[in-house]
Amino acid sequence: MIVLELFHYWVFSVLMLMGFYTVIAKHNYIKKLLGLSLFQSAVFLLFIGIGKVEGGTTPILNTSIGADVFSNPLPQVLILTAIVVGISTSALGLAIVIRIKEAYGSIEEDDIQDEDSSA
Amino acid sequence: MIAVFSIFLLSLLVITAGAVIRASNLFVAVMLMGIFSLLIAVNFFLLDAADVALTEAAVGAGISTVLFLGALSVLDGTEKPRFSGRKTALVSILIAGLAMGYATLYEPSFGDPSAPAHQHLTPWFMQTTAEQVDIPNVITAILGSFRGYDTLGEVFVVLVAGIGVLFLLGNQSGAQPNSARASSESLKHYLIPRMVGRLLIPFIILFGLYVQFHGEYGPGGGFQAGALIAAGMILYTLLEGQDRALAVLTPKFLRVLMASGALLYAGVGVVGLLKGGYFLDYSVLAENPVTAQQIGIITIELGVGMTVTGVLLSIFHAFAARGKQA
Repeated sequence: MIVLELFHYWVFSVLMLMGFYTVIAKHNYIKKLLGLSLFQSAVFLLFIGIGKVEGGTTPILNTSIGADVFSNPLPQVLILTAIVVGISTSALGLAIVIRIKEAYGSIEEDDIQDEDSSA
Repeated sequence: MIAVFSIFLLSLLVITAGAVIRASNLFVAVMLMGIFSLLIAVNFFLLDAADVALTEAAVGAGISTVLFLGALSVLDGTEKPRFSGRKTALVSILIAGLAMGYATLYEPSFGDPSAPAHQHLTPWFMQTTAEQVDIPNVITAILGSFRGYDTLGEVFVVLVAGIGVLFLLGNQSGAQPNSARASSESLKHYLIPRMVGRLLIPFIILFGLYVQFHGEYGPGGGFQAGALIAAGMILYTLLEGQDRALAVLTPKFLRVLMASGALLYAGVGVVGLLKGGYFLDYSVLAENPVTAQQIGIITIELGVGMTVTGVLLSIFHAFAARGKQA
């Protein structure tokens, strides 16, 4: 059952490469930011997937549940903070895109390069 | 059964991502990105990460979508079709994909309890949390105490990003409130969204406070609570208009909130230093080291919640004000 064992890693690879493709191949800055978010989400998925333990549960040591196998809390902590930092950096990127639009009148990379080279 | 369900969800994730890339209408792409975030939150939940799922659902599906839509109200809604550089990009990701696919064959299989990731730090964290911190949620214990330096750094990154957005888009104090336009922009004249929203807002904020102060016992903490409270206030802004919302929480209050949250966090560390311990070592804060750890974690979580609320709301108002001027 190699497919089941490795499916998470494959989905991570595909999503990350889709995000990377959007960043390098698309010329629209909003699309590039969305691609960056996809890339980032793929990394989140990889970390959380690594933390999963077969038959485990959420790492909250509540004795009334009676669970004794827990998934790994460490990758979850790393990703928890990364999500909030990710939205802050996306917002910063969006703010820069808005300023680019005001300065150049466009958010397409080619238009901006044309304007820069003709000026 | 769960394996089949998670494979289904993961496939759906890839399809949604493909749709995000293909959509040439940027509004459609942003809404699809919201769906993507919601799907990935469900995936996180299936992978036993309740805290992360809560954060992703509030931040990724909620606030991120609102911010992108706010930015799009200033920008063009469509992407111009361009195809240059596509082949190079495809070839390079194909090579990277083959390399990564080859590498996955040597990864430990999914859910394997003997994988290296579960062998070194984690058993120590699980054991020490019960002994030294004595709170049920191991994630909060690691986040607040064991990896307190890291979280302090993240809070400052969030704060700096918020300051950066305010620098780039300016604050609202210079903008003249135009009541006639503002009222037409809000949902004031739509009865049903307004009534339903008004009913929801108190519960959203109450849930945010519950998540904030119950984060030691269940999934939750400052990051999630900050995002939830900010989402509640954003809903209020959409319903009542920005002027009303800024009268409730003034821009100055939000700026003070985001700075004082980070200062509160760092201040706990300094108090630890003054009491003869290390920076961010909470065990010297009270007589009993276990109680001291709990006091420290609750205080820094409050600081995190304040900063996240302040930054997210400031960013949202900066975007919304820019959309009104344009």
